[in-house]
Amino acid sequence: MTPLIEVRELRKDYRRGGEVLHAVDGISLALMPGESVGVIGESGSGKSTLARCITGLERPTGGRLLFRNRDVTGRSDRALRWFRRAVQPVFQDPLTALNPRWTIRQLILEPLKIHGEEDAERRLHDVLEDVGLSDQLLRRRPRDLSGGERQRVAIARAIVLRPSVLVLDEPTASVDMSMRRALLALLRRLQAEHGLTYLYISHDIRTVEETCGRTVVMYRGRMAEEGPTAAVLNSPGHVYTRVLVSAIPRIGNATGHDGRLRTRSVIGQDLSSSGCLFVERCPLALPECAAPPPVVEVRPGHRAACVLAESKGSSR
Amino acid sequence: MSGLMIEGLRISIHGRDVIRGIDLHVEPGTCVGLVGESGSGKSLTALASLGLLPSGAQVNAGRVVLGDEEIVTPDLDRTARVRGSGIAMIFQSPRAALNPVLRVGHQVERVLHRKGQRDDLRRISVAMLGDVGLLEPEKVARLYPHELSGGMCQRVVIAMGIASEPDVLIADEPTTALDVTVQADILDLLDDLRSRTGMGMLLISHDLSVVAERCASVCVMRNGQIAEAGASATVMSSPSHPFTAELVRDLMRSPVAQGRPDQARPSETEREPTQEAAG
Repeated sequence: MTPLIEVRELRKDYRRGGEVLHAVDGISLALMPGESVGVIGESGSGKSTLARCITGLERPTGGRLLFRNRDVTGRSDRALRWFRRAVQPVFQDPLTALNPRWTIRQLILEPLKIHGEEDAERRLHDVLEDVGLSDQLLRRRPRDLSGGERQRVAIARAIVLRPSVLVLDEPTASVDMSMRRALLALLRRLQAEHGLTYLYISHDIRTVEETCGRTVVMYRGRMAEEGPTAAVLNSPGHVYTRVLVSAIPRIGNATGHDGRLRTRSVIGQDLSSSGCLFVERCPLALPECAAPPPVVEVRPGHRAACVLAESKGSSR
Repeated sequence: MSGLMIEGLRISIHGRDVIRGIDLHVEPGTCVGLVGESGSGKSLTALASLGLLPSGAQVNAGRVVLGDEEIVTPDLDRTARVRGSGIAMIFQSPRAALNPVLRVGHQVERVLHRKGQRDDLRRISVAMLGDVGLLEPEKVARLYPHELSGGMCQRVVIAMGIASEPDVLIADEPTTALDVTVQADILDLLDDLRSRTGMGMLLISHDLSVVAERCASVCVMRNGQIAEAGASATVMSSPSHPFTAELVRDLMRSPVAQGRPDQARPSETEREPTQEAAG
């Protein structure tokens, strides 16, 4: 099967003064039709930059971006129109993502207008029903809506052009637990009904665990680990993933947090390491870590870029 | 050290009842968790205990007692006397709680100064920054908030919060804006400070797992009332209120949160990868 989206050795550098920050530093991944891939990592790991590159909002500095095997890297905005339509972003905070002066009707109609779609009125009502919003809201403005309703509007805008991929950047970070539950259920339903493919960026590991079949762990622009979500989270290969997972609050462990793998604290971060970038914080660092880390295949389809990752072979 | 007791607290905002009879007890040296969604009244309860209610809000009934002193009743507000030294509070967004144009060391000094410790302020403030786990505190003291990470800012705010050795520390979503690793570090720090100083702590969070992990007892708030209260272990294992049950069920869906690393996820949510990623 052809991947819907494939990135190969994607890079995005930002220059500030004489310094270069490698926000995304050689990421390769493929999104297969209908799957949900999660991207986790701490803030500053490059998750959002990766999302912005994949949705065409940032131009990568290097590497390639393919959509259904067609290279879309470095195309002009005009040439990317069809791609933008097929790959839609949903951002973290709908209040800043939605024009506050527009009504919900204007907001949802805008993409249809831009792409010259016919039958806009019917599509508008269809999509409202899809995301579970009442058409009573159409004349309101974003600030009149609750956080959950606003995020539904943002999702409606994203799916109204019938895209094949949604790139969701922390879509539930600004809402309550019960709202989060409802939004996740909505995303699951939309995926089932429309065969959508999701790239799901989040720092909330439990949400990714619940939502995504496959997970990518990023650390400072690089891929630390990737594989089936259950395998990555339950038998992590990379020490960084172990650190992340062990920091999740444990229930049924009333006080204290025993068994947590802690990072070492650091002050100045050396940005120009050719070896593993996690080494300065790694609680288990070895001399070997100064060299570029090997990519270990923990199990088929589950890989980790860590000296300490063990290949477990095929279990079944 | 004195404990904090809230009894039958009722608060209305512009005549609308928002806190409808809250009882809460934080004993010295213990940590009590307060869980609920936004709008359930968690923060308002905390703010009332410090006399920081927004305009239009009014205490209609009940009382807040610190040690054996009544500090808040419908016709009494003695919070000014205990604010900082009796009860201190830290907030969700550490960057917003700090003054952006003052070096962080100076901000800690100002808290100390107000509390009368005039000798060698700089030395004490640097020591306090070290106490909250900041490396190279002399260096950090000279930095501005924007030069610090979110986790470091929260440590500075905690240093300011405990500067006058409060009996009770109220932490309102202290880790919500932080990464999971930093969250665990900050919660560890709060645990450590509590056991070192013997202060009581009220930990407010929307995340039941944070509270259940860190607090011996938990109160679940909903619509301005305590829906359920009890020992964390009991609430987690046999929640009595449907709302709590829902929260617990949510957490139970996550094997990672249950600390059962070898347990696979429920199969109905599992989607097998169709092909491994390109490399």
